[in-house]
Formats: sequence, C-alpha cells, structure tokens
Amino acid sequence: MVKANGTIQFTEKPSIASTGVTVGPMEKDSPFASAFDEILLLEKEKNESYEEANTRFIEKACAITVKKGHEKMENIDVFIGGDLINQLSPTNFAARKLKIPYLGVFSACASSVESLIIGSLLLESGKASSILAGASSHHPAVERQFRYPLEYGAQKPKTAQWTVTAAGFALLQKQVKNAPIITHGTIGRVVDGKQANPLHMGAAMAPAARDTIERHLTNTNSKVSDFDVIMTGDLGKIGLNILKDMFTDEDCHVILQDAGAQFYGEDTFFNAGASGAGCSAAVFLSHIYNQLQNGTFKRVLLVATGALLSPLTFQQGETIPCIAHAIECRMEKRN
Amino acid sequence: MISSLIVAFVVGGLICVVGQILMDGLKLTPAHTMSTLVVSGSILDGFGLYEPLIAFAGAGATVPITSFGNSLTHGALAEAEKHGLIGVLTGMFEVTSSGISAAILFGIIAAFIFQKRNTTY
Repeated sequence: MVKANGTIQFTEKPSIASTGVTVGPMEKDSPFASAFDEILLLEKEKNESYEEANTRFIEKACAITVKKGHEKMENIDVFIGGDLINQLSPTNFAARKLKIPYLGVFSACASSVESLIIGSLLLESGKASSILAGASSHHPAVERQFRYPLEYGAQKPKTAQWTVTAAGFALLQKQVKNAPIITHGTIGRVVDGKQANPLHMGAAMAPAARDTIERHLTNTNSKVSDFDVIMTGDLGKIGLNILKDMFTDEDCHVILQDAGAQFYGEDTFFNAGASGAGCSAAVFLSHIYNQLQNGTFKRVLLVATGALLSPLTFQQGETIPCIAHAIECRMEKRN
Repeated sequence: MISSLIVAFVVGGLICVVGQILMDGLKLTPAHTMSTLVVSGSILDGFGLYEPLIAFAGAGATVPITSFGNSLTHGALAEAEKHGLIGVLTGMFEVTSSGISAAILFGIIAAFIFQKRNTTY
C-alpha cells in the first residue's frame, strides 16, 4: 500500500539476500575498504574507455552478488540498475551481457535506492522472486560528462565532492533467513532549494533529504531516535551539517550520518567528501549491510540523495532540483 | 636582476589573483575566466596601458594570458597604421601567429610522444 505522501509498507518481507560491491583505486583507502568485495586498481581496468570500465565494474559487482547469494544468473527475474552517464549506457551495456530482463532507472545519485524500492515492489507483487538491483558511478567518466575532463585540470572549491568509482548491487528475494529485510520505502519528491552551483551539491540536496526523512518519520509514526542510524547518500561534510541544522532533535547529531562525508575519511584532498550513485550503493550494501547482518544495527533508514542537474541545465542558469529516496531496513532476530 | 625578478613575480602573481577572484568570487568557469583576461589585456593595450606594464614587470606581464590579448590589439593597430582598416584584419594574428603556431606544433608533438595515461593517481 502506498500511503499518502509516498511511503510504501512492504508486508512480504523483501530481503537483501546478498550484496556485491566493486570499487576503484581511490577507494582503497576508504574507512569502508575492508567491507568492499573487490578493489580494482586501475580506473580503466584494461578497457578502452572509462565508460566501458564503468560497465565492467557493474558486471563484476553483479557476478559477485549472485555468487554470494548462491544463485545462478539465469534464475534472476529482473535486473534493475542506474548510473550517471548519458542514456545509462554503462548499465545498458552491462545488461546486454547479463541477458536478464532489465529496467534502467535514473534519479542521479538516488538511483541506488530507487532500484531497491522498485525491486522490493516487484517482489511484493509476487510477479518476481529474484531481483538484482543497484547502481554505479565512475569518477573520470562522470567528471568528463558533468564538469571537465580530468586532463583539463580544472580547480575545485572546498565545497566540491568527489564522485566515487564504485558499483553496488543487491540480490533481493522474499523472506530469506538471517538477512536484512526492507520494511518500508519512501519515494522522494523533487525539491528545489534554489541552489545553482554544481560544485556545492550538498547544499542543493539537503532540503530533499529533509523532505524525505520527515515524510518517512511521519508516515511510519517513528522518531529519529528509533533508528540506529539514518544515513544519507552523498550530502558530503557540508551538506550533512546543513541537514543536521534542519532538525532540532538532539539525537540527530549522532544518528544522522552521511555516506559521502565518511567515505574518504578526513582526507582533505576530496574536499567536502564523496558523491555519486556508487557512493550510496557501496556504503549501504557493504558497511551498513554487514552491520545489519551481524546485529550491530537493528533498524536503519537509508536515504540516497540525487541532484537532478544536467551539464546543459546549469549552463543555462537553471537551479538544481534534487530528490531523495529512502528505504528502511530491519534485521530480525536470528533463528 | 633580483629586483626585476621580484617585480615580475609580484605582477604576474597579481594577474593570477584576479583570475582566481573571477573563478571563486564571480563564479566564472575556467573558459570564461581565460576569455575575460584575454579581453582585458586587449582593452588595456587599446588605451596604451599594457606596454608600460611590460616595461615595468617584464615576464610578469608577458607570460600571463592577458599578454595574448595585448598582442592581438598590438598587431591590429600596427597594421592598421600601415594599411588602414583592412590592416586590422591582417594584423590581428601578426604578432600572435608564432604563439598560435607553436601551440599547435608542440601539441601535435606531445600527442605523438605521450599516450594518455590510465588514471591511477
């Protein structure tokens, strides 16, 4: 049932049976590095182009996910994925090889959770039993498309964030034992905070994150302290502080966290932190997933944030509309 | 010699400060910043102000991109004196032709010698 204001309650217990995360060379020093499944040390990984490399990262992550879930690729009913490149070509090209019925999704960096919500809905409907869902991003490819080619050497301000090279996918199945279940999904609304600077995305996305979190809390009759962690996707260090300022609750300062702010630790080389669809996908489906698996976290809210700009719209002086999709995951007692 | 080095360093640095302010303060893109500096150099020379700056700061004024704008105007004005209005067109790239040709030539050489690296940082 979709409640008013976009929250869906899943009653059929769609579970995250397994996950697979591949990351690039810059991500090997991340505090989350030990949770990633595979670290590939070249951005191009012996491929002709960065976009092609992005496709390989997706294929590898999918293969790892399916293998860890003790499942066969041909048994997957639907593959749902998104990335940040025009026309979703990396994911489309990965789907060409996977040969699984495929839905491409785009809500920028919020694509990761969007795929998980759609996957859960398909399971809930009973029309599918195994779903492969996730998202990816690739630093050099994204930089070239949205900003400047890396070779250009353009300067970046301290508010800028670093798009991660990563692909994170999850195998969704119904009622898997000892696996986190997705209990609710809240579909984001497009919120425009009238921010127009593409090198300050955290400020642009914070209002969208706030909107989704508030609606989720209202619709599920819960409060911030009911959660072990409420993690946003890629607001970055500045964006996270802006979001915290929007909540008056004392608990927010500990419970509200951001994957992008933590992704590269305290390294100032990355300015305000990490971003990208791969950022939320990688952290949610590795670190957070593991914490749910081992029982450290019992109830989490994962809010992937996306800035819906294109290189064209910001050059035309448009402000940056943003969206945030959320899923609530719980770990039931082991049996 | 030391004093002229210092003057060149300071003046060249100040031109770069202007560029940085254009990018950070006025939020211009790198391409807009570069064009603005070229046009500024061109306009300054139109008023006869850039040559005195070169006399004062030497390389501090000739190395930054503003000097390219200065050369454009300089060539156009010089040819215009000799050939009238048509000289503006023929003279525009007279002084700058060596710079442009060198950029193309060295660009080609570099493209032949180096392969674009696979980013490992």
